[in-house]
Amino acid sequence: MKAELRRWALAGAAALALGLGAASTTEAKTFKWANAGDVSSMDPYYRNETFLLAFLENIYDPLVRRDEKLGLEPALAVKWGQMSPTTWFFDLRPNVKFHDGSPFTADDVVFSLNRASSGGSNLKGNFTSVKEIRKVNDHRVEVDTKYPDPLLASKWALILIMSKAWAEKNNAAVAADATKNEENFATRNAMGTGGFMLKERRAGEKTVLVPNPNWWDKPKHNLTEVIFTPIPNPATRVAALKAGDIDMMYEVPPQDTDGLKRDANLKVIEGPETRVVYLGFDHERDELLESNIKGKNPFKDRRVREAFHRSIDVQAIRRAVMRGQSFPTNLMVAPGINGYVKELDKRPPLLKPEEAKKLLADAGYPDGFETGMDCPNDRYVNDEKICQAVVAMLARIGIKVNLLAQTRSKYFSKILRKADNSPGETSFFMLGWSPATTYDVHNVFESLIQTPNKETKKGLFNVGGYSNKKVDELSDKMEQETDTEKRDAMIYEATKLYTEDYAYIPLHQQAVIWAARKNIELHQPADNRFPLRFVQVK
Amino acid sequence: MSLAEFARRAADSDIWYSFRSSPVVVWATGVTLFILLAAFLSPVLAPHTPFDPATLNLMDALKPPVFFGDDADWTFPLGTDEQGRDVLSSIMYGTRLSLVVGFAATAFAMVLGIALGLVSGYVGGAVDAFIMRLADVQLTFPALLVALLIDGVVRGLISVQRHDEIAIYVIVGAIGLSFWVQYARTVRGSVLVEKNKEYVQAARVIGLSPVLIMVRHVLPNVMGPVLVIATINLGLAILTEATLSFLGVGLPSTEPSLGTLIRLGNDVLLSGTWWIVIFPGITLAVLVLAVNLLGDWLRDALNPKLR
Repeated sequence: MKAELRRWALAGAAALALGLGAASTTEAKTFKWANAGDVSSMDPYYRNETFLLAFLENIYDPLVRRDEKLGLEPALAVKWGQMSPTTWFFDLRPNVKFHDGSPFTADDVVFSLNRASSGGSNLKGNFTSVKEIRKVNDHRVEVDTKYPDPLLASKWALILIMSKAWAEKNNAAVAADATKNEENFATRNAMGTGGFMLKERRAGEKTVLVPNPNWWDKPKHNLTEVIFTPIPNPATRVAALKAGDIDMMYEVPPQDTDGLKRDANLKVIEGPETRVVYLGFDHERDELLESNIKGKNPFKDRRVREAFHRSIDVQAIRRAVMRGQSFPTNLMVAPGINGYVKELDKRPPLLKPEEAKKLLADAGYPDGFETGMDCPNDRYVNDEKICQAVVAMLARIGIKVNLLAQTRSKYFSKILRKADNSPGETSFFMLGWSPATTYDVHNVFESLIQTPNKETKKGLFNVGGYSNKKVDELSDKMEQETDTEKRDAMIYEATKLYTEDYAYIPLHQQAVIWAARKNIELHQPADNRFPLRFVQVK
Repeated sequence: MSLAEFARRAADSDIWYSFRSSPVVVWATGVTLFILLAAFLSPVLAPHTPFDPATLNLMDALKPPVFFGDDADWTFPLGTDEQGRDVLSSIMYGTRLSLVVGFAATAFAMVLGIALGLVSGYVGGAVDAFIMRLADVQLTFPALLVALLIDGVVRGLISVQRHDEIAIYVIVGAIGLSFWVQYARTVRGSVLVEKNKEYVQAARVIGLSPVLIMVRHVLPNVMGPVLVIATINLGLAILTEATLSFLGVGLPSTEPSLGTLIRLGNDVLLSGTWWIVIFPGITLAVLVLAVNLLGDWLRDALNPKLR
């Protein structure tokens, strides 16, 4: 009995010594960061949203990924290219393992690509050109397209690859549908090949990642643990950073930027973002869901849209709400995106309230009308405050706007188009878009402006169903046009069409502002992704 | 009794004397009356109607209070928030809502508590035991938690838009339901004393119904302590409402009370625009302090043992 006790004690002491030894050789580098809202899901196809995709890019790898300069570099595919104009190949990296130790093969790629283009996936828009995806052998996948699609590889830089065996075992082989608030095993768990593994996930509270020791890539970070916490209140978030409770804050509230810059323990990292924040109308229904006008849809009338567009003073929003940190625009794409037409980026002059009221009266609404409006309150910089300002500006022309500002998950479920291609449940909404897959204007036409079509998977994010045949035609043509001059002419024409039609009300590009403690080194890409693999804690 | 006679007797009374002899109470009364007037006359007195979006102009946004900056403007004496709403007018309208919720919740709690207390004390037996154990159970939860629970249940049942419309009723109900216990216990205690007195027995002998005896004969004799509790609870109810609104579960930002204003201002607390949050905060503190001082004084003045 006594001998046994002693043996246990010895074993315990040895274990303790080992543990201490390990701790002293690799110093724990915990990195804590916060954002206004939580990652909506751990499922990489749940929502086509930069924050979600960027967060999960740390856990899952794509075939081809973006490097520091936003160029393409090999990830799970070591080589890729076009064998013929309509056939792509991807040669996969050998000896890659998922976090559970199972090997990564072509089966996982075929499974993931099919999962991302079917079921409740929100990423179907990246598969418009795809005809067939097939496995050639364990380390090669080929893709047939219906027509030449030179941008396929860059579109797929944000399609993350999941484990087939894991998803099938856990009944998550089909992507959950965000618009129906569906959930499955992959919503709260993750199994990828990426540089970080999901250790703990408590939705709305805390998400903990630890580095993957068997990652195929050589890590550029020195982290041992990453803790992400959503902190909705901006003042609390700022206070947490100043106090050192968090090391980094993603999306700093503009009103606090100056204060943070003055703090010697912090640094502010800023740059313009490629995202355009805009307002959109329901063009599709014959009667608005949330309005006092019955039997017709006022937003089908161009004069109504013009009155709205030209009554919203983006410069005032820039000054008061964004504290100067926004770049007002009249286009749906930002400078720096291929196909941005500078000559057309001029907002038409503001109307006086009487003039706008006259436009409304001509359209048949002399007393204005009432409409609902949907807005997130934790997605874009100062989103709810921008919407409140818009409500006030429209009130002056006799439009009573009933604003509903909600947290991103509820808001997205309400406004996005449903899987059966019916329009989102909204009359007037705010949304932001960045063509971060291809950095080309065609992505914007295809996703936001073309007539929604379930078969061709175009217009999937055209929430209000704007439809203009001429624009559809031009957009389809520019997708395959290789002559830059001809293509630019098409872009110019299509851009002119949608701006003159007041299809949307583009507001501004927000500035990307992050703040971190002085001892943190990180890399900020212009698409507002935050890759943990470049983070160093000094 | 003529008016002059009434005035003479009032001026001669103990309560008036104790009121007059305490400058703190005179001040508290003055401040309370001032806030009450300013709040309830806000549609007439307030320089702007801040929650009518048609009157707002973003160009007026973020003006500092007068004397605190170059672009200050006398039309906005306490400055404006980032939507161009006048802070002074927001406070006046907000105080009105806070007071309405405070009074309504207190009245609701009082009516509920008195009714349950009367029944409990007068009927006795199993009914008494049931009501009092219920009260004991509820006393173990802080009032704020009970209010949060009730509000949470209502939110789960109805949509967000609908909730904003009825938020004020929900909040009154939630605060009222969380404050009834004190009244019930006090009333029950007094009823137990009163019900054995001769006048109650006399009423019973001549055949009056129990309801009539409770309301007409017992109730007037237990009202003193109830009024004292009500005054003290008024301050507490206003604070609870402010706390709920500050946590974002109270009144919506389209119809803000003082608590909602503090929550909205708190978002920009660290960015230099201090006036958006400081002034509603001061108003709330002063209001609750004044009401509480009045409550304390009333408790002492009505307590014969302290005279």
